[in-house]
Amino acid sequence: MNIIETSALVKTYKAKGGRIHALDGFDLAVAEGSVEALLGPNGAGKTTVVKILATLARPDAGTAVVDGIDALRDPKAVRRIIGVSGQYAAVDENLTGFENLEMVGRLYHLGVRRARERAAELIDLFELTEAQNRPVKGFSGGMRRRIDLAGALVIRPRVLFLDEPTTGLDPRSRMAMWEVIHNLVADGTTLLLTTQYLEEADQLADHISVIDGGRVIADGTADALKAQIGGHRVEVTLVHAADAGRVQGILARHGAGQVTSSSEGRSLGVRVDNGPAALQSVLGELNSSGIALHDAGIRRPTLDDVFLKLTGHKAEAGADDDELQEAR
Amino acid sequence: MSTRTLDYTEPGALVMWFSDGWMITKRNLLKMKRSPDMLLFAVLQPIMFVLLFSQVYGGSIAVEGTDYTQFLMAGIFAQTVVFGSTFSGAAMAQDLKDGIIDRFRTLPMSGSAVLIGRTNADLVLNAISVLIMMGTGLLVGWRVNTSLSSSLAGVGLLLLFSYAFSWVMALLGMSVKTPEVINNASFMILFPLTFISNAFVQSSNLPTPLRIFAEWNPVSALVHAARELFGNLGSAPVPDVWPLQHAVETVLIGAALMLVVFVPLCIRKFASISSR
Repeated sequence: MNIIETSALVKTYKAKGGRIHALDGFDLAVAEGSVEALLGPNGAGKTTVVKILATLARPDAGTAVVDGIDALRDPKAVRRIIGVSGQYAAVDENLTGFENLEMVGRLYHLGVRRARERAAELIDLFELTEAQNRPVKGFSGGMRRRIDLAGALVIRPRVLFLDEPTTGLDPRSRMAMWEVIHNLVADGTTLLLTTQYLEEADQLADHISVIDGGRVIADGTADALKAQIGGHRVEVTLVHAADAGRVQGILARHGAGQVTSSSEGRSLGVRVDNGPAALQSVLGELNSSGIALHDAGIRRPTLDDVFLKLTGHKAEAGADDDELQEAR
Repeated sequence: MSTRTLDYTEPGALVMWFSDGWMITKRNLLKMKRSPDMLLFAVLQPIMFVLLFSQVYGGSIAVEGTDYTQFLMAGIFAQTVVFGSTFSGAAMAQDLKDGIIDRFRTLPMSGSAVLIGRTNADLVLNAISVLIMMGTGLLVGWRVNTSLSSSLAGVGLLLLFSYAFSWVMALLGMSVKTPEVINNASFMILFPLTFISNAFVQSSNLPTPLRIFAEWNPVSALVHAARELFGNLGSAPVPDVWPLQHAVETVLIGAALMLVVFVPLCIRKFASISSR
């Protein structure tokens, strides 16, 4: 049974220089107990979807249903069964970790005693002991996110929405957050999360919907999506930019797509079907041609690769690969 | 952790309205308590105003029918509570920016609780300000010349007006993009409103256009009503316009109007706001 269903959602915002189509016929169905990732760059419409389902925004057209409840007609009934944690930790800086969680419990009308019990439980579960009795201001971004996430879990919601749960976190906090989310969904909570990172969707989600321009442009399991864009990329960085021409030829022979190169021409890469084997043969040939390398390796496809393949344009948010450009 | 959603029984609408409003009030008061700089400012500014105006201008400004210190206090009280109300707007804008409003709006709480909690907390802050100013005023020679009940009514009227005005500012706070806008905008509106009034000078001495504005200015009515209830009018003549001849009634009507119009507008606005 689908616990989340949206159909033909349309949402436009007024902005300088015209209207922005945040959602443009957005359809989604999420099975109960599953983890769904909405994957896309900034401005793709991910946050708008979450806001509509979490009753924070109303669409211009379309329907949004959570657990059989029409989110547009009866937002309050939806609020009784969902938990939401946004991209920017919605915690009260002046309250302690405990007070934040207790307040949320009280506002769910758990009653004084149960709100406190639950707050204490969550403090343990999320290892927030340090922030328990001190105002939240002064704690790290990772800690705030954990308190915010704990706030979303006060009633053990049937459906949990996480909007870019790790954006802006350092790699260590990101890994820690993934582990927390892993444990959360192990018991069958339905989770809808948004992310800009394919790796994150890969780690956490059962099913991924790729979003661009306010609609779903591809969906499937992580493996299915990756198969669509090829397994790996081989990338090399040259000592001498002058070798670029020859290397491009070699990569093109072993690759399964267009060869890309960085703006200054010393880093080149290509999509390959069998990563390790392709790397070996590329390296063998480069070696016998006497081409000196700074670096070489295989890496998994990134969001940029998915986007390049699916839409023909780059995902603006893939900052990591910004200097890779189409080789002419 | 079990998969079962924690079950809980929802209280009736009235109980929910009361308890949610109280939770948010408590949160806001706690917040004030933990920002000592803000509290200090709220305490020192009224003291400074009372001392500045009474000691600096007191010797130079003559008013008809009473001495300047007696005349001045109600004006400062009114000006301070009106400015105090702008805090409701700045705080709503700040909460919106911080994203905590998004958290509240995804909880099954009463739709007016956040606004009630906000205006309640600011009422407390304004009440503290008034008490401090009255204490300071008494030290520099200001006197209450009426009964206890009449002077309590004066305090009540000041706070009622400021509470109603808090809702106006809260709506403004939810409508602007950043908290800074509120501070700038409110100064542009509130300085003329409080200075082109009878708060610091008698309106009869003003040039005609300003005099007419001052006589019909609701802040003038508030100041005049407070002077009346504290017994600070002396033998000064009362301008022959309805709002000043019936100052207490004018303030009551004005406060009621602000509440009737702005409480529903605020609740409606709150149901659709969200950060970013």
